[in-house]
Amino acid sequence: MTDAPIAVAVPADTSGRSQWWDVWDQFKTHKGALFGAAVFLFIVLAVTLGPLLWTIEPTFIDIRARNSGPMWAHPFGTDQLGRDILARMMAGGQVSIAVGLTAMLISVLLGTLIGVVAGFFRKLDGALMGLTDLFLALPLLPLLLVMVMLFRETLARSFGPEMGTFILIVSAIGVTSWMQTARIVRGEVLALKEREFVLAARSIGTPSRRMILRHILPNVLSPIMVSATLGIATAIITESALSFLGLGFPPDFPTWGRLLFDAVDYLQQYPERVFWPGLAISLTVLSVNYIGDGLRDALDPRIRGR
Amino acid sequence: MAEAAGPLVKVRDLKMYFPIHAGLLRSHVGDIKAVDGISFDIAQGETLGLVGESGCGKSTVGRSILRLYDVTGGTVEINGFEIAHVDRDSLRLKRPMMQMIFQDPQASLNPRMTVANIIGEPLDEHMKLTADARLARIYELMDWVGLNRAFAKRYPHEFSGGQRQRIGIARALALNPKFIVCDEPIAALDVSIQAQVVNLLEELQERLDLTYLFISHDLSMVRHIADRVAVMYLGRIVEIAERETLFAEPLHPYTQALLSAVPEPDPESERHRKPIVLQGDVPSPANPPQGCNFSTRCPKVMDVCRQIEPGVFDFGDGRQVACHLYSDGMTTTAEPTAGKIKNQ
Repeated sequence: MTDAPIAVAVPADTSGRSQWWDVWDQFKTHKGALFGAAVFLFIVLAVTLGPLLWTIEPTFIDIRARNSGPMWAHPFGTDQLGRDILARMMAGGQVSIAVGLTAMLISVLLGTLIGVVAGFFRKLDGALMGLTDLFLALPLLPLLLVMVMLFRETLARSFGPEMGTFILIVSAIGVTSWMQTARIVRGEVLALKEREFVLAARSIGTPSRRMILRHILPNVLSPIMVSATLGIATAIITESALSFLGLGFPPDFPTWGRLLFDAVDYLQQYPERVFWPGLAISLTVLSVNYIGDGLRDALDPRIRGR
Repeated sequence: MAEAAGPLVKVRDLKMYFPIHAGLLRSHVGDIKAVDGISFDIAQGETLGLVGESGCGKSTVGRSILRLYDVTGGTVEINGFEIAHVDRDSLRLKRPMMQMIFQDPQASLNPRMTVANIIGEPLDEHMKLTADARLARIYELMDWVGLNRAFAKRYPHEFSGGQRQRIGIARALALNPKFIVCDEPIAALDVSIQAQVVNLLEELQERLDLTYLFISHDLSMVRHIADRVAVMYLGRIVEIAERETLFAEPLHPYTQALLSAVPEPDPESERHRKPIVLQGDVPSPANPPQGCNFSTRCPKVMDVCRQIEPGVFDFGDGRQVACHLYSDGMTTTAEPTAGKIKNQ
């Protein structure tokens, strides 16, 4: 009879301190995550507030200053039409980050939904996993082509050409990249479902909806987080590939991927032009990865407070 | 107990088969007969020990009774309510009166919930309490099971095995249940902690007038806590009797073998102990032998055992044995008896 009343040095936890403070405390101890958060914040601020300070239009053509290297008037130089690359980087960053985040969100939501439903409800498992395999087996480029062909005009009419293209690209990327998440989540849910705490919740009479929200989702958070952070990178790169193929944004509309592909043609003469968009994409992806890593640790009570 | 006119728990011919699917089309080729026609009663305030070797279906019985599985056949009646075949919504209303304590205290607690939330989950599901009343109830439960109130905001991984099992017990008690299935609650604990947890369970039983189905393969622990003991082999109950009668004079050959395997604490008598060593392995529950399930390993096997399934013979005083050895001069019975209601 010893382990019951050990009241030694346990501070009575009566403070109203919520667990989100613990999460923040743990997040702060992850140096990489803090650094990633700082870099990501810097990039987001630069692309949103930057155009207010650097007022050259990204589409303004100064043909006499074309192909110039870095100089005071154009810190990042100009491209083959004399457009300022810094301005284009900032404008492109807005689009690329927006596309990356939104497409990732869609794909993670879709993947988690399908994975959880397939793993939890045995009857739907076969059908949903069949669907996942079907999407994995589909040749994506022709599919994207058809989607663009079918929906571009309608979307452009109702939301304007740029917003229409944004919605189209984001949903196209989201709809074609959820499969990995779904498979990972399903596997985790299948394993979790057999754990005794799920059985305990069932013996209490917890309905499936709350069972998923309370017991399943918090425990599959880690793999979801990982695939989400990786998803941002994939989404930014897929967008650039789409734009390159002429399926995405119009050619004069800057995105990081677009800038990268434009610069590839001049790789021999002006290698620094590949450098800037490449660096921006890599930094964004890396910083998001580190943030995800830190968040995953901070949200896991087994790691927290160690 | 005045209200306990009949037994609290009535299980009749309970069957739980798990289908086997095989082949390209996943066609149904057979069943794992985990529980194959089990009947017993548990009186109010009583503890029924359920023993048997690994894989004989003990845990499946416990889970089927609480309708954690959709049973294949038979009926379960708890406190006068049919459990085995009611629809989900009316079952949910009956959940509070029956709860379960699980084997692995590590796996039975959600690692991402605090102790307060784990114990409070049943309250959230079944009672509309204010935040203050909920917390007060959680603290009360933690006091009952001997957990420090200051631990309320901690997570399960911060506790020892014994403390985790206390959390599990507190959760099971939250809704004032009448009947608790203890599914090997001490199997995953240290021997020193086992005694504490069993004593806690006994103490709570006395205080709250609980009824237990105590599943275990630890015979000495069952001897300590149970009022009556049922012995299972391959999905069936082979013998059920009052604790003292069973341990003093086991009748079924399987019970005899099982009890002879318990080591004696006294070295002198341990030296003279002659355990009955059974030959062979347990047959697959997917393909049980014809006749008596135990006929393939029974040291006293007769011809009739391999052909006809033995009936249940009643020896009176709550003792029943399913064995052909006792068929002479006995009448078979379909109605299992509950033990004497515990003197309060």
